[in-house]
Amino acid sequence: MVDKTNINKVGLKCSYKDLTLGMMVYGEKTSEAFKTGEWTSVQPVVDEEKCINCLMCVPVCPDSCITVVDGKRSPFDYDHCKGCGICVKNCPPKAISMKGVK
Amino acid sequence: MARKDRLSGNEAVAEALRQINPDVMAAFPITPSTEIPQYFSKYVAQGKVDSEFIPVESEHSAMSAVIGSQAAGARSVTATSSAGMALMWEELYLAASNRLPCCLTLVNRALSGPININCDHSDSMGARDAGWIQIYAENNQEVYDNLCMAYPIAEHKDVQLPIMICQDGFITSHAVENIILNEDEEVKNFVGEYNPEHCLLDPECPTAVGPYSVTNYYFEAKRAQAEALKNAKQVTLDVAKEYAKITGREYGLFEEYMMEDAEYAVVIIGSAAGTTKEAVDRLRKEGVKAGLIKIRLFRPFPGEEIAEALKNVKAVALMDRTESYNDCCGPLGAEVSTALYRANAKALAVNYVYGLGGRDVKVSDMVNIYNELQKIAEEGKVEEFYRYYGVRS
Repeated sequence: MVDKTNINKVGLKCSYKDLTLGMMVYGEKTSEAFKTGEWTSVQPVVDEEKCINCLMCVPVCPDSCITVVDGKRSPFDYDHCKGCGICVKNCPPKAISMKGVK
Repeated sequence: MARKDRLSGNEAVAEALRQINPDVMAAFPITPSTEIPQYFSKYVAQGKVDSEFIPVESEHSAMSAVIGSQAAGARSVTATSSAGMALMWEELYLAASNRLPCCLTLVNRALSGPININCDHSDSMGARDAGWIQIYAENNQEVYDNLCMAYPIAEHKDVQLPIMICQDGFITSHAVENIILNEDEEVKNFVGEYNPEHCLLDPECPTAVGPYSVTNYYFEAKRAQAEALKNAKQVTLDVAKEYAKITGREYGLFEEYMMEDAEYAVVIIGSAAGTTKEAVDRLRKEGVKAGLIKIRLFRPFPGEEIAEALKNVKAVALMDRTESYNDCCGPLGAEVSTALYRANAKALAVNYVYGLGGRDVKVSDMVNIYNELQKIAEEGKVEEFYRYYGVRS
């Protein structure tokens, strides 16, 4: 039995019996805790050698999965990346490509 | 101590609601259910209930308001008929999928068109797959009792689904009958307080109701919902048992009338069951082994139990007070036929559409149906499964 009030515990491995009543989401600020990254079948992968750290991928990510840390691009937050591929399209040196995860 | 009174079906519903004292009623008037919010709003104005009455601008809003208030943690109710229910269509599904145990007191009326205000079951039968519990009544006493039992069924932790308490438009809603009412305190104690585990107005645990479910979750959500509806069958029986302890009136999933040795059976829903009982009595005096099954719980459908009750009959008529427009079978015809097939039953079944738009059903009509069943049993075959009774040819 999972703790249904903990959105972290509700995921793809849950039986239908362990999902919340009516799919209700309990608690506040759950968007960070709920791993929407599991929805996708593809993920962006960076070729570090090609990346010029121009940060163009940061503002275009609709899920804020790429941030700036100490002036540099952070690693991708795969827990929340839905695999839309916008970063791939926007990367000037073509350093990002989509890879299948399943 | 019980009280004796004379009430119409709508008055009986309003009286039960006064005793239940729900937190919120949101409703829009439509014949023949108009009197329910009319009487109830009077109780609100007189301070006889603590309920908030929301006069909405449409049934779409009525059901939306009920969903909102129920999600907020308030026990909520609405009343409607026919086109009013049709306008609630989307919200019916939302109430069920959001697992909100609200109540709809439905007064069955034909759906347009042609426009008609009289009884048939096309409104609730159209919504039979919306995920609601559906309970039907033969008479005013039953609709009163069904409503007293509604919330304990709907709010049970294994169920948590909305419930529809149905009665026949005009035939019971406007006809005055003798009725036995429970004391206010008895109903109050039986229904109890509504304390949902989570609700929108819980400051300790903010809750999001009705979030989007991607393909990865939608199917599981529906599966869980189906399981809850399945559970409603046992809970309905358990609640009826508790209710019988205070009232002495016993209810099952369906009523069996003279079924023990019946060779010819009718399965029917609503007020026409009373008419059919009279036909059964007359035929029994002539030595015809006639019997009746009156559906009480239609959703979830007690298929196995009905097949068991029909296992010894020679022929059975499945009576649908709605047209299904499929040239195959009506809703009750489909459910019972499936159950009979699954049980390898030997009964010859025939499915009638009858009583549309308030077409009167007389005792002689039901006698005719039993006569037809005897003919079918003698011939050993059913020429035409899906047929009509009482329509000019």
